[in-house]
Amino acid sequence: MSNKTKGQKIKLTLPIEEVMSPGHLACQGCGATLALRYTLKALGRKTIMSIPACCWSVIDGPFPYSAAGVPIYHCAFETAASTASGISHALAQLGQDNVTALAWAGDGGTFDIGLQALSGAAERGDNVIYIVYDNEAYMNTGIQRSSATPHGAWTTTTPVKHYKRGPKKNIMAIMAAHHVPYCATANIAYPEDFIRKVKKAKNIMGTKFIHLYAPCPTGWKHPPDITIQVARLATLTNVFPLYEIDNDVYTINKKIQKAKPVSEYLKLQGRFRHLSEKEVQFIQRTVDQNWKRLLKLEEAFRNEKN
Amino acid sequence: MKKVLTGNFAAAYGATAAKVNVISAYPITPQTTIVEILSEIVADGLLNADFIKVESEHSALAACIGAQAAGARTFTATSAQGLALMHELLHWATRGRLPIVLANVNRAMAPGWSIWADATDSVAQRDTGCMQIYCENNQEVFDSILMSYKIGEHTELLLPTIVNLDAFFLSHTSQIVDLYDQETIDRFLPSYNPEIKLDIENPRAFGGLTSPDYYYEFSYKIQLAHEKAKEIIEEVGKEFYRFFNREYHLSEPYRCDDADMILVDYGTIAGTAKDAVDRMRDKGIHVGVLKIRYLRPFPEEQVIDILKNAKKVGVIDRAISYGHEGPFFTEVKASLYGYRIPIYGFIAGLGGRDVSIVDIESMVDYMQGNKPANHIWIGLKK
Repeated sequence: MSNKTKGQKIKLTLPIEEVMSPGHLACQGCGATLALRYTLKALGRKTIMSIPACCWSVIDGPFPYSAAGVPIYHCAFETAASTASGISHALAQLGQDNVTALAWAGDGGTFDIGLQALSGAAERGDNVIYIVYDNEAYMNTGIQRSSATPHGAWTTTTPVKHYKRGPKKNIMAIMAAHHVPYCATANIAYPEDFIRKVKKAKNIMGTKFIHLYAPCPTGWKHPPDITIQVARLATLTNVFPLYEIDNDVYTINKKIQKAKPVSEYLKLQGRFRHLSEKEVQFIQRTVDQNWKRLLKLEEAFRNEKN
Repeated sequence: MKKVLTGNFAAAYGATAAKVNVISAYPITPQTTIVEILSEIVADGLLNADFIKVESEHSALAACIGAQAAGARTFTATSAQGLALMHELLHWATRGRLPIVLANVNRAMAPGWSIWADATDSVAQRDTGCMQIYCENNQEVFDSILMSYKIGEHTELLLPTIVNLDAFFLSHTSQIVDLYDQETIDRFLPSYNPEIKLDIENPRAFGGLTSPDYYYEFSYKIQLAHEKAKEIIEEVGKEFYRFFNREYHLSEPYRCDDADMILVDYGTIAGTAKDAVDRMRDKGIHVGVLKIRYLRPFPEEQVIDILKNAKKVGVIDRAISYGHEGPFFTEVKASLYGYRIPIYGFIAGLGGRDVSIVDIESMVDYMQGNKPANHIWIGLKK
């Protein structure tokens, strides 16, 4: 798409239409808000969403307001997937197959309390797109740890003396184990990649899953004006690689020639401020190992298909 | 068309006759045959519906909520532990004003594991705002499911309904059930076409953050809907009579006109009590039965009207609110506030213990020879 500005042609890389309106209740610099804005640019207005308890149950605005621009059903915490399943089956029965059922949940509602319903929907192959906007803790209730909280992080339930120990749950591996037709990671700092993935998911039948990285300045303790910088560093350090699993075939979408050290990512965020040099080295080793494993997965499954 | 059917088949055929669009359910004894028969009916193309075979009762009702909000007529069925797991979403269905119909096979709560009749499971859902019916026989199961859609979908109500049937006494007992003809049913119950739903042409958010400025009035409107439901239930009952020649009300008196003593009950015990009353009448004891069909909305006016001239009232509960008394007894006693009528609370049949005609007669004996008490346990082993 192109647009004329002062006689010059500027090539736009994102859909120009804004479905979501600006009058929402998000914190400054909220990654999750950009996340839905991009998602709806990709999906358009023929979308019906289920939103469980999460930041977005507040961000959208109090009754009778709504910023999303598409119909929303606010559902119980653990029911993003099952509510979307119901919506999807109703749409099919009522002859509205051209409308996308979108489950839109935070990491708590996905990795923790909503995991059973998500697993059920994925195993049945219900025709929904499930996007988890991951800000790595229960941010809406005030920064409590979830199973998406990474090793080393401070939260209000993992105070500095007892910071989170143990790895973040690998939700992509869990979804891949369901053999859903499509899963992908995405990052709000890479909107073109993200929008391409959402559009791809829209055109696939069955359960599609996108694990979307969305920083939270309030909970991560970084200034709101560096949200994109933090998000981009997560991918540039291989903390959060961009890849997709299309019918069990892994493809890494962004291979960093020379990954930056994780310390560059960690040091921007107050939630990691207490970490010793030894812990930072441990995190670096874990990130390196995970990256190597991902490269092997890409290679192994590609060979298997060929 | 008449068929010999168990209560579970009657429930499944009720949902089929109501032409539901989406079914979502999870198996639990003794509800299981409801989901089995519906699976076959949908697979055979006898009902054009989507059956979502979910991984829990919680997801079963969540999926019904999503589907109903998107404009589908939905059905689910469960029992005991499953209903308890749905508890959160029963509130959601009510506050979302979604006229879902749920068949619940009344079964005792564990531990110890029991699959037998007990109404404590559904009585525990009393304050969720769902309408609740207790059925006496399999015809009433079939008829109640049809009527519940018509009643719940009324634009002034928009309320979900739980249709209760006793484990095994109905769920697995065969009786003759008239299934009528589908054309007449379609005229009685047209397809569901809600005015307000998830609609891409009119994008709205449902159930979002609601401040004290609004929540209170939303609650008041649910109360108004329940009050209105008492009228609509009677109206739809009359309409049902015109279509199918069977009469239904909020409650049902049996030989109460000249009764000195009236036994209030619900579910299958009502049938046994009617037989007991016939036997006692033959012996010259002036006794009647008031069967409560609806726990919510509670038919307070009818209860007062029928009981106010009785000399003594007994209430039989196959449920218990621990630390107090039988839950229906509480309701009846509160309704009769200001009337100086001795009222006896009987507990009977918990966990599927048989309640026989002799047990019912022993209650009347007790009422004749004793002062009232709030929880008199019938058939308790020493």
